[in-house]
Amino acid sequence: MRDLPTSIDDTLTLLGDGNYVADRALATTLFLSLKLGRPLFLEGDAGVGKTEIANVLSQTLGRRLVRLQCYEGLDVGSAVYEWNYPAQMIEIRLAEAEGVTDREKLGSNIFSERFLIKRPLLQALEPNEAGPPVLLIDELDRTDEPFEAYLLELLADFQISIPELETIKAAEPPIVIITSNRTREIHDALKRRCYYHWIGYPEAERELSILEMRVPSAGDRLSREVVGFVQSLREQDLFKLPGIAETIDWASALVQLDKLALDPQTVNDTLGVLLKYQDDIAKIQGSEAAKLLDQVNAELAAAR
Amino acid sequence: MADTGRLPDNIMHFGRVLRAAGLPVGPGRVIEAVRAVEAAGIGSREDLYWTLHAVFVNRRDQRDLFDQAFHIFWRNPRILERAMSMLLPTFGAENEAPPPAKEANRRLADALFPAEQGATPEQEQEEETLLDAAFSFSAQEELKTRDFESMSVAEIDQAKKAIAAMRLPIVDVKTRRFKADSRGRRVDMRATIRASLRSGGSIIPLRRRSRVRRHPPLVVLCDISGSMSRYSRMFLHFMHAVTNDRDRVATFVFGTRLTNVTRYLRQKDVDVALNDVSESVQDWSGGTRISGCMRDFNTNWSRRVLGQGAMVILITDGLDREGTENLGFEMERLHKSCRRMLWLNPLLRYEQYEAKAAGARQILPHVDEFRSIHNLESIADLTTSLSRDWPRTEEATATTWGAVA
Repeated sequence: MRDLPTSIDDTLTLLGDGNYVADRALATTLFLSLKLGRPLFLEGDAGVGKTEIANVLSQTLGRRLVRLQCYEGLDVGSAVYEWNYPAQMIEIRLAEAEGVTDREKLGSNIFSERFLIKRPLLQALEPNEAGPPVLLIDELDRTDEPFEAYLLELLADFQISIPELETIKAAEPPIVIITSNRTREIHDALKRRCYYHWIGYPEAERELSILEMRVPSAGDRLSREVVGFVQSLREQDLFKLPGIAETIDWASALVQLDKLALDPQTVNDTLGVLLKYQDDIAKIQGSEAAKLLDQVNAELAAAR
Repeated sequence: MADTGRLPDNIMHFGRVLRAAGLPVGPGRVIEAVRAVEAAGIGSREDLYWTLHAVFVNRRDQRDLFDQAFHIFWRNPRILERAMSMLLPTFGAENEAPPPAKEANRRLADALFPAEQGATPEQEQEEETLLDAAFSFSAQEELKTRDFESMSVAEIDQAKKAIAAMRLPIVDVKTRRFKADSRGRRVDMRATIRASLRSGGSIIPLRRRSRVRRHPPLVVLCDISGSMSRYSRMFLHFMHAVTNDRDRVATFVFGTRLTNVTRYLRQKDVDVALNDVSESVQDWSGGTRISGCMRDFNTNWSRRVLGQGAMVILITDGLDREGTENLGFEMERLHKSCRRMLWLNPLLRYEQYEAKAAGARQILPHVDEFRSIHNLESIADLTTSLSRDWPRTEEATATTWGAVA
């Protein structure tokens, strides 16, 4: 367990301790959001490490991670709280058998915390001895506007009212991380309440240190070649560019295949790890891959 | 104010100008305005402006129109006189009345000088001369900003009528949300348990719920190249109506490049919206690069706006300036990432029209429905078509096409 970072450098170290290589822009936004208690809104292509930030934060700060995966039609019942209906039914029947006819009593009985099923958003507001949890609202763009509106209300004062029970307010607001893949534009009203950061693809140097941290068994030469190849792929005209997650996957795959260096055949065989669209694969496979590989090797040789 | 005798008349004429320009101003308003001016007095021009503003304007989007009308009407007495003479039923004698100001709203100019009613026959003529014009596309990208204000009252009225009738009843699709519904098929447990408390638990009345139905998102892609220029103004009105009618609409225009105009079209006042569009669009009435624009859309926008089962309306004549070898591929990708795709083609009104142009041949296999859009009637027909949810099969495309050919 650890205190919140007190400076931007501190934030960088914190993320570094969690094996996350961030650039200064991200560290600054994250620091501000932690310091001022505002949600952090992360947007970017798939596989650039948006969700990972929440994981790393919860690990390094020793806080509980509460994750809400968004999907279409996400409602209060699955995001906030739900009553345990079967148990409530039994309770009603038991009360009947015992001859309890006091409506008030029965009401307060079946709508008590015993029958309350807490979903992620409610869990995130509960007091926690390790400090307020990290609330990850993942892929917000997958849900629809009504949920967004609900979230707006929640993020304003971090309280949830359960009509049958009480209003629950967080003593200390959780650390909120919201991610979006931008398959839909999130409303400005919500964005306005957050610190926004766009996570792009990393430059070669940072990608290399990410790879060294995440796939240490890859070895220097292979890592450099992998990063060089992926970087040059991102300059190609592809439908879906490979993210950092793909780079890590590819490096681990190559390690599993006992490769120490890239060769055209291996690249062709494992291209499916990097590119996820058949058109993209068809475009790169074969001569194009060999050409890129030659380029990368020439650059590496020149740098040495 | 010495000459109080003429002021009510002037306010009345001003009110009539505003009404003709489209503001909801009735006699009641005019009387109110006269009273307001009497009460406030006319200390300065600005006072008069805001006094009349307070009475005549009741929506934000009316402000621009009011502003222009006010400055034209109350500045130049000669124009004022002309305007009044125009409003008398003796028009037709002099057509040389100069437009009040270069930048003035055309709609307002028409309201002030309603003599130019000859727009309709001109339009018909345009339709006849379309064939030769439409098949010749300019080779160079014309980077010019085009002025939308050249739209007459007659045209606007026609368009407005169609637009007013247009609600685009796109078939609603089931969502995963529920609402209370006494005839619903599912049991709403939360409401049921709560209802049971009323009787102390001895009776548990079932409360029901059903799925909420909602229209899917709509994406409109409109061709504004030279070969489509006769139609693009009308289509922009159409797109404006659609964008303001519902939420979750994204609108794009393309000629040689793709421009997202959704934000501009959200503006309620159609004149302001179209003006903003004309300022932002660079490739007005130039060539067409359908293939490149579709590619641009697929890589940069489709993942952002085609989520949640969107429906795509593509408005183009399928005449492409550039090579079309990739167009089929891009159209296929677009088709695969949307719920339903509709192609509206103004050339389809010709009985003998066949998709001979290379671009059109590439697009055709990848659309679910193929319709004509060349006049207000065909826009109106569109609404009936959109309210059906056709299965997306090869057969459906074939029959639609078969009926046309």
